[in-house]
Amino acid sequence: MARIIVVTSGKGGVGKTTTSAAIAMGLAKKGHKTAVIDFDVGLRNLDLILGCERRVVYDFVNVINNEATLNQALIKDKRCNQLYILPASQTRDKDALTKEGVGKVLEELSKTFKYVVCDSPAGIERGANLAMYFADDAFVVTNPEVSSVRDSDRMLGILSSKSKRAELGEEPIKEYLLLSRYDPKRVKLGAMLSVEDVQDILSLHLLGVIPESQSVLSASNAGEPIILDENSDAGQAYSDIVDRYLGEDKPHRFIDEEKKGLFGRLFRS
Amino acid sequence: MSTDSQPISASSPAFEFKSGVITIPVLNLFSTDINVITHQLLEKIKQAPEFFTNSSLLLDLSAIQDQELNLALLVDAIRNSGMRPIGVRGGTAYQHQDAKDLMLPVMAAQNSTNNAKQEAPVKLEAEVSKQESPDPVASTTTISTIINQPIRSGQRIYAKGDLIVIAQVSAGAEVIAEGNIHIYGTLRGRALAGVQGDESAQIFCSDLQAELVSVAGTYRISEDLDESNRNKPVQIYLNNQALIIKNI
Repeated sequence: MARIIVVTSGKGGVGKTTTSAAIAMGLAKKGHKTAVIDFDVGLRNLDLILGCERRVVYDFVNVINNEATLNQALIKDKRCNQLYILPASQTRDKDALTKEGVGKVLEELSKTFKYVVCDSPAGIERGANLAMYFADDAFVVTNPEVSSVRDSDRMLGILSSKSKRAELGEEPIKEYLLLSRYDPKRVKLGAMLSVEDVQDILSLHLLGVIPESQSVLSASNAGEPIILDENSDAGQAYSDIVDRYLGEDKPHRFIDEEKKGLFGRLFRS
Repeated sequence: MSTDSQPISASSPAFEFKSGVITIPVLNLFSTDINVITHQLLEKIKQAPEFFTNSSLLLDLSAIQDQELNLALLVDAIRNSGMRPIGVRGGTAYQHQDAKDLMLPVMAAQNSTNNAKQEAPVKLEAEVSKQESPDPVASTTTISTIINQPIRSGQRIYAKGDLIVIAQVSAGAEVIAEGNIHIYGTLRGRALAGVQGDESAQIFCSDLQAELVSVAGTYRISEDLDESNRNKPVQIYLNNQALIIKNI
């Protein structure tokens, strides 16, 4: 049985797809057979972040509608043979997703995969609801600002009341906090919520802090999941997150400002 | 789709009649001296202008039905104070005629000449007995709801009796109880106790950062919270219709 992970947030633009790609790649690199599904039907992006946009033939909706088999639609990553991508359909909308269809696909994936990562769309509508419905674990991606924190809180409410586990009265979804785009310098200036502030509001287990980083944008544009960039702090943060998720005890990093020389301070805005 | 098959004429209905129940303030009059009434009313309004301004008002004349009252002047005075009389109840046929002349509806009087202070408990007892009749064993205990998880933004909890939350209540969440509310965590959302009119209901929380707190309909919003209560453990209750927030 696969473990189904949903990467969600409520708010858009906080780094769900970046996180999904990084986490899926990280798990696969550790030798676990992992599938990552793009639930953002109509606004397909995951294939770009993973650099497989030119190899999309069939998609998630095709599989749901029995127009293609799962094996035809899954794209095997060229960098890691344990990672498979199920892209979203760009020409359809979220209504093309059905609970039965999604359930069927996840069940089939569960037979052969160790982890299935569901990249949720923003919002709390159909796409997001179906992405989280079958989940075992939830990675709640939050930016250190009030609207993102409140939307995450709303999403946590939905996770605990509208998921399959909640409906069947099973053990609730395990919820983890991923604080992304964190900038200790701005926290120090009081312009950004601190890790403590966010944890105080959400009271959630912190899986990791991902620092704001220029390398995320260039990695996205290049179609390379950021976790493969071992020199970037964001990439290292995701590696830590995967390790912690798999049970390793790693101290948190990137929470405090790193010491910089005079030039560093002058030239970094 | 189902409306397609119904034999409706070209225009769809412009309205429908429905019965609704709302709670409105009742002004029990004990005096016919309009100057005195106006003076005291303005004093009251000063205490909570946002609550009283434009608030609808039912005038209860039961206590002064044997006295002479210039209803037209009284209604004018009340309107000038910012409140909106919408009807009368109690009183004599003569007073009712005055009301009709002023286009104010006359409502059925509350049984005999009871004033509001006796009314509330009577109503409550009626409800309590209604609830308890199917289960006579539980006649002396009220049902408490206990919640162990955080109540997240957008979630809403309603408890028939007391509500006990052993976690936080997030901003944008609502906890509502007919009885007391206890929150052993931070209250950032809304808490409404005694929503069926129990004025003895109270709210307790270990860290007050609420958006709104209310007891039996008397409420206070975050902006009006005293800074000395904010981020503190507090007890919230009604004292003579006034909402008291006390640090504990």
